Amino acid sequence: MFGFVARRLLYLVPVLVAVSLLTFLIASLLPGDLAYVILGDQATPDKVAALRHDMGLDQPIWWRYLSWLGHVLEGDFGRSFRTGQTVLQAVSERLPVSLELMFLAELGALAIGIPLAIACAVRSGSAFDRFMTGSAFSMLSMPAFLSAILLIYLFAVELRWLPATGYVPFEEDPIGNLRCFVLPALTLALGEWPVLMRVLRSDMIATLQEDYIAMARAKGLKPSRILLVHALKPSSLTLVTVTGINIGRLIGGTVIVESVFALPGIGRLLLGAIYTRDLVILQGVVLFVACGYVLMNFIVDMLYAVLDPRIRHGHA
Amino acid sequence: MTEPALLSVEGVAVDLPTPRGNLRAVDRVDLQVGAGRTLGVVGESGCGKTMLSRAILQLLPKKAKLSGRVMFDGRDLASLDPESLRKLRGRSLAVVFQDPMTSLNPVLTIGTQLIETLQEHLELDSHAARQRSTELLAAVGIPAPEQRLTQYPHQLSGGMRQRVAIAIALSCEPKLLIADEPTTALDVTIQAQILDLLAREQRRRHMAMILITHDLGVVAGRTDEVAVMYAGRVVERAPTPALFKKMRMPYTEALLAAIPKLDAAPHTPLPAISGRPPDPTRSLKGCSFSPRCRYAAGSCYQEKPALAGSDAPDHQYACFHPIGAAAGIHA
Repeated sequence: MFGFVARRLLYLVPVLVAVSLLTFLIASLLPGDLAYVILGDQATPDKVAALRHDMGLDQPIWWRYLSWLGHVLEGDFGRSFRTGQTVLQAVSERLPVSLELMFLAELGALAIGIPLAIACAVRSGSAFDRFMTGSAFSMLSMPAFLSAILLIYLFAVELRWLPATGYVPFEEDPIGNLRCFVLPALTLALGEWPVLMRVLRSDMIATLQEDYIAMARAKGLKPSRILLVHALKPSSLTLVTVTGINIGRLIGGTVIVESVFALPGIGRLLLGAIYTRDLVILQGVVLFVACGYVLMNFIVDMLYAVLDPRIRHGHA
Repeated sequence: MTEPALLSVEGVAVDLPTPRGNLRAVDRVDLQVGAGRTLGVVGESGCGKTMLSRAILQLLPKKAKLSGRVMFDGRDLASLDPESLRKLRGRSLAVVFQDPMTSLNPVLTIGTQLIETLQEHLELDSHAARQRSTELLAAVGIPAPEQRLTQYPHQLSGGMRQRVAIAIALSCEPKLLIADEPTTALDVTIQAQILDLLAREQRRRHMAMILITHDLGVVAGRTDEVAVMYAGRVVERAPTPALFKKMRMPYTEALLAAIPKLDAAPHTPLPAISGRPPDPTRSLKGCSFSPRCRYAAGSCYQEKPALAGSDAPDHQYACFHPIGAAAGIHA
């Protein structure tokens, strides 16, 4: 098991190097010289040249990459030239919001998707299964901004149960904090449970055909145990993958949902950095998000091993 | 048979809907197994023997339609509610499946799979269940049973896995064990060991057993009675010694002839049964073996022979021209 983890960790190194390189290249190759952005279009060529020299922009690109990477490895991701905030400060301020949103959204999507998938798999081909598969498909094709607006209309405008937008820090008001996350998390969950349900449903249908399920029935086990222990565990590999990808994606925040519900998460930080051409923040946040994504995939790999002993022992 | 049978299969038929029409996998089968007795069910692939075992266990595919009665211990399993059926399965009615590579759950430990059965049916605390699991594994000849409990199926060989499956089946002292081709998926060297293990445990526990196989050689020394199946029907049924002394059904004879013999001269062609079993989605007018039968004539192509008794006690066969008769008996 230790060897397995170590091997997987080793695979991460080249991936992370590639991620950092791509991040740097994207930020560097964006049109517009950073010095002009900072100084504005009234700047004299002398001033621009001086600033370019100060910022190291006159150095060759590989040198700039290495020096940036060196700083990053020391924990220095750079500082916004607009707000003076470091990337780390900006991210650590926004991250809890995005993480809480991601966590609640995944929880919601799994809570809707798993029971429905099991119910459909057990009655595969029935009217219920066909209805749920059809509904899942239509939910899947509904864009997030639309379901966000519908949810706001129903729960905030008509029923007045929940706030439409806004954010209350958890330390100030835990209940209020949760209340303002309900609608955005639900919006994300609504877009996601259909995917989770569909992958788990089809894996589960395949698993239920297996001999060991017939064997579990022949052993006289309770149907709940057969479904939840004998069938769910071996069926959940794709579910874990998809959930992991979703979590990885949501670590970077969601631009649309955070904007609609006015949540100060990573997504809006990124959006703001793009609008203001704050390349240092942009570069730092993209690197951070990409690392989060890679890390999440590593965790998914580890979960495979937890779920399936054959992977753990290197048989698969 | 003096005592009432433990298991009595009465007119059981299994119909499977297929895109090509209705498939009658099992066709009005009658069988009895007394307590502590062993019945061998023999037939080639696709003759309905596995469907018959699934019908007894009430584990048929969802779309399958079962008719007839399966009386077990005085109750008709076919009309039992799912909960009572569940309490019976694994407890007094156990099964060993054909392929131990697929019949054990790959993501659960051997221990979990044994202990869950014990705890489901017997009032055992986890320590006692663990203790008993170790004993069971030792009883089926698994070395270092204590350590096996924490291992997963893929860490065991095929023969070992089948021993585990047998230990699970035996765990609650069932009254009837159905062994569905328990050695087909195993190496030849392991086959005899597993069959001997089953026979030993069957005698020791005074448990009834149905041994399903395609190999007449397997049932020869190990069963009290043999039923030969062909195309979903029982075509010959007799106490094992009587069957091997004087088989009447040409199919049984052909099946026995198809077993390779060690003392045959090298390069002797194997007398395989020519042709293939009839398409079960199309009903044949005459005897279903007639297209492949050496003795078939006249009435064989016109009507189905019934499974009927003969001069010997308990010996039944479905044939118009049984082996050993000068002329057809019914014709």
